Amino acid sequence: MALNWFKYASPASFYPVAGRMIPWFAWLAAILAAAGLYVGLVVAPTDFQQGDAYRIIFIHVPAAWMSMFLYVVMAGWSALALGFNTRLSAMMAQAIAPTGALMTFIALWSGAFWGRPTWGTYWAWDARMTSELILLFLYLGVMALRGAIDDPRRADRACGVLALTGVVNIPIIYFSVQWWNSLHQGSSVSLTKAPAMAAIMLTGMLIMSLAAWFYAIAASLARVRIIMVERERGAAWVSELPEVRNA
Amino acid sequence: MTADTATAPTAAGVVWPALRWAVARDLKLALRSRGELGVQLLFYVIVVSLFPLSTSPERNLLATMGPGVLWVAALLASLLSLPRLFAGDHADGTLEQIALSPYPLVALVSGKILAHWLTTGLPVAVLAPLLSLQYAMDGESVAVLTAALLLGTPILSLLGAIGAALTLGLRASGSLLALLVLPLYVPVLIFGAGAVDAVRAGLGASANLSLLGAGLLVAIVAAPFAAAAAVRIALD
Repeated sequence: MALNWFKYASPASFYPVAGRMIPWFAWLAAILAAAGLYVGLVVAPTDFQQGDAYRIIFIHVPAAWMSMFLYVVMAGWSALALGFNTRLSAMMAQAIAPTGALMTFIALWSGAFWGRPTWGTYWAWDARMTSELILLFLYLGVMALRGAIDDPRRADRACGVLALTGVVNIPIIYFSVQWWNSLHQGSSVSLTKAPAMAAIMLTGMLIMSLAAWFYAIAASLARVRIIMVERERGAAWVSELPEVRNA
Repeated sequence: MTADTATAPTAAGVVWPALRWAVARDLKLALRSRGELGVQLLFYVIVVSLFPLSTSPERNLLATMGPGVLWVAALLASLLSLPRLFAGDHADGTLEQIALSPYPLVALVSGKILAHWLTTGLPVAVLAPLLSLQYAMDGESVAVLTAALLLGTPILSLLGAIGAALTLGLRASGSLLALLVLPLYVPVLIFGAGAVDAVRAGLGASANLSLLGAGLLVAIVAAPFAAAAAVRIALD
């Protein structure tokens, strides 16, 4: 093995690496977002049923995918932190939570704006919307628990237990909400899936998903760098950082 | 940290006495402060009685929303009583002694959870038939609702114990506990209230009750370990 990955489990050696990675991911996200928005807003044709309102999916669907994926990633880092007692894993979990909550919020918000012209209502108790709302509560719960605990090591482990409890519950919540929804088929909103998507629309959505992915990586890395410096402010490697020495 | 790894909780001779001791102790403590238990049940009764006042006393509407109201009130009553599970023992140092004892913490925590259910969830379920009279529910609905509450309220105690342990000794722990625990209660609420809906729709309640039972089994197996881990985190 040429690379010793465990070397980067130490904040002192991961800090500069993360710093070098951020511009790459941020630029990739920006370029892909520009390309995806161009494809989505200019190249893709107007939908014959939904008009131009459907173009919200180029934001909505990537945000919804990322919101669920990021919770699993956060729970994965939490599991690593609890299992191996690695500081950096817990910091990664802490750094991912706000981005995940942001993605969940964007998915809900853009979904409401898509629902108004398409379904005629901002909110319906559709299974996906309801479970996305509960996902937002789960993110906010993890962040609030983190905020209420002063000792970062206790906060790491408490949030880890909570994130893992949540990740076990997410499929159950999703399934229960879906079943509840099918039992209460009272609303006039049609929840049937849109007809098969044109290839160009799918392309735009996939490009936007990659952009959201790279944005999430860049934002989490930027946040984890701040968390590292904040938590290790007493450590020698922090005081030797050029940006700290020259400040 | 090593107390329960040293005495591996494999021997049933260690687990059962610990469980029995914790149940008996917490029941004794609960029965000594009967007023507190009574107030919690009164809270449940009052919440249930408020809904007709805020909507309408129309019998069909009441029968439709009755199961949901009783379930939401049961959730809130469970939430309100959760701090009693660990907070008192944490404040006077008993919890630390419990964690240091040679008995497996998981068994002791399980006993505390069982005692919590016996003093909060069980009375809520027992009171439900009486309260459902206020909601003009028919006999079959009442029976199914009570069965669902009997299966579902232990899950509330089990999941709630994780949240109660995680928020031990924190600022604003009451509202934080609500934020942590209520989203996790959602499936119980849906399957529990859905059982009566299914009966009223002529589908039969067996699917809902089976799912509640399955959830209860999963929670019994997994939740005490998470709660015990959370207790250790709070004591570090």
